[in-house]
Amino acid sequence: MKLKELAHSRTGDKGNISNVSLIVYHLEDYERLRQAVTAERVKNHFKDIVKGEVIRYELPKMGAMNFVMQEALGGGVTRSLSLDRHGKSLSSYLLEMEISLES
Amino acid sequence: MKAIRIGGGAGYAGDRIEPALDLMEKGNLDYIIFECLAERTIALAQKEKQKNPSKGYNPLLEYRMEKVLPLCVSKGCKVITNMGAANPVGAARAVKEMALKMGLQNLKIAAVTGDDVFLNIEQYLDSTIMETGKPLRERYPDIISANAYIGAEGIARALKEGAHIIITGRASDPSLTVAPLIHEFGWEWTDYERLGQATAAGHLLECGAQVTGGYFAEPGYKDVPELWNAGFPISEFSENGDFTVSKLDEAGGLISKATVKEQLLYEIHDPENYLTPDVVADFSQATVEEISANNIIIKGISGKQKSSYYKTSVGYQDGYIVEAEISYGGSGCMNRARLAEEIVRKRIAYTDLSYEELQTDFIGTSSLYGEQTSTNLIPEVRLRVAARCEERKEAMAIGQEVEALYTNGPAGGGGVRVHVEEVISIASILIPEANVRVDVVFEEL
Repeated sequence: MKLKELAHSRTGDKGNISNVSLIVYHLEDYERLRQAVTAERVKNHFKDIVKGEVIRYELPKMGAMNFVMQEALGGGVTRSLSLDRHGKSLSSYLLEMEISLES
Repeated sequence: MKAIRIGGGAGYAGDRIEPALDLMEKGNLDYIIFECLAERTIALAQKEKQKNPSKGYNPLLEYRMEKVLPLCVSKGCKVITNMGAANPVGAARAVKEMALKMGLQNLKIAAVTGDDVFLNIEQYLDSTIMETGKPLRERYPDIISANAYIGAEGIARALKEGAHIIITGRASDPSLTVAPLIHEFGWEWTDYERLGQATAAGHLLECGAQVTGGYFAEPGYKDVPELWNAGFPISEFSENGDFTVSKLDEAGGLISKATVKEQLLYEIHDPENYLTPDVVADFSQATVEEISANNIIIKGISGKQKSSYYKTSVGYQDGYIVEAEISYGGSGCMNRARLAEEIVRKRIAYTDLSYEELQTDFIGTSSLYGEQTSTNLIPEVRLRVAARCEERKEAMAIGQEVEALYTNGPAGGGGVRVHVEEVISIASILIPEANVRVDVVFEEL
């Protein structure tokens, strides 16, 4: 199943860094998503786009994770040659990630 | 228990005005903030000020103030905005002129200055650029602006002096909200928990409809009623540090736990350490609960002592970007688009055009996520060629190579668009707080 069925997401930009949040619709899904959606997995998911490291921050009380992705915006909003300079569409791509229902 | 109501009147420089006016009219607001300054906007405004010293503030200032000023007076709702951009003093003068013409009286307008540190830029050339790790010196002499993110202190001082309208330049976004709360509740600057809570409230207000269903809706998953008419947010902040986010009942949009959580994490890195010039806010233990429909309460925010440095945005000239596009349709369109791309790349090499970086995308296939999502089953595709060059003429020549695909390229290419713009980029450095002198200038009538 796609992440999109269990969680929602928003992208923010600062310089060449993109942060993508991942927020579960139901708190009971948080723990299994926390185990499934690691920083490594996200880094791999975005491998064509994100050149730097990915750090995951956890906010269990909100049922949320925040992925901070370095060197993710083609040099930064002001000088990127990408169509979507802010990387606003990256959240939609995170939610396309396939996760298994087990665990 | 005392509570203060603050409205979020804009989410960016060009945002809609109607939801802000509705809030002032019917929201029973004490204050309304207009956050209108992005990282690059201030550098562009500095360029405008160089051309015309009385300008360099938000180009929509007059348009907004014409409608906002009467409501500010009739409703007793104070206005705080960073629409001053590169010229808060000029903006305050312009607002005074407008108020005079409108026959308004007893209005005190304040301009907060001190964020502009461009005159002293040479002393910061050994600073490290936060984005690249390289010294600022390598961007000299292309630097055209330098503005420190100042905090709430100047705005709070203006409020204490009785200002009704406060106009800043590069004040940090949440500070527009922190300042009136400090002023109203009389907190100390060391009351980090309250400053953190106020920063969170400001963070939720500063993007306008992004917390009221805008930038959120997805049919079937996250439905938002009447999104076309989304209301702007109101935060009611209580003396005990709890605060709510709501909207006018009659406005469209949605405020839910989900919209609040998305916006709370928007543009946040480490949620335990959200750095602002007022405080290091801690959102990591936040809880978000629904009181009633479209009325959400946020608890659990705290804060720590701020650093003694101001983040400073340094604008510099960074060449030109050209973007040129052409569309192909029907079967085989992808093959023709790839052939077109190959032609443009070979022509650029053949004619010895220089560029710093060149990127090609196939819109409809790979323009957002790269080739990793590509599929061959597409009904149309648009080739896009973008390049950053040192000289405008090189940028334009690359655009001409795409236009030349009309008569020189594959069959059936249409809709060529070529756009060249000058690039003003931003480098961030840290400068000691002690080097920034925040001042407040008043205009009265």
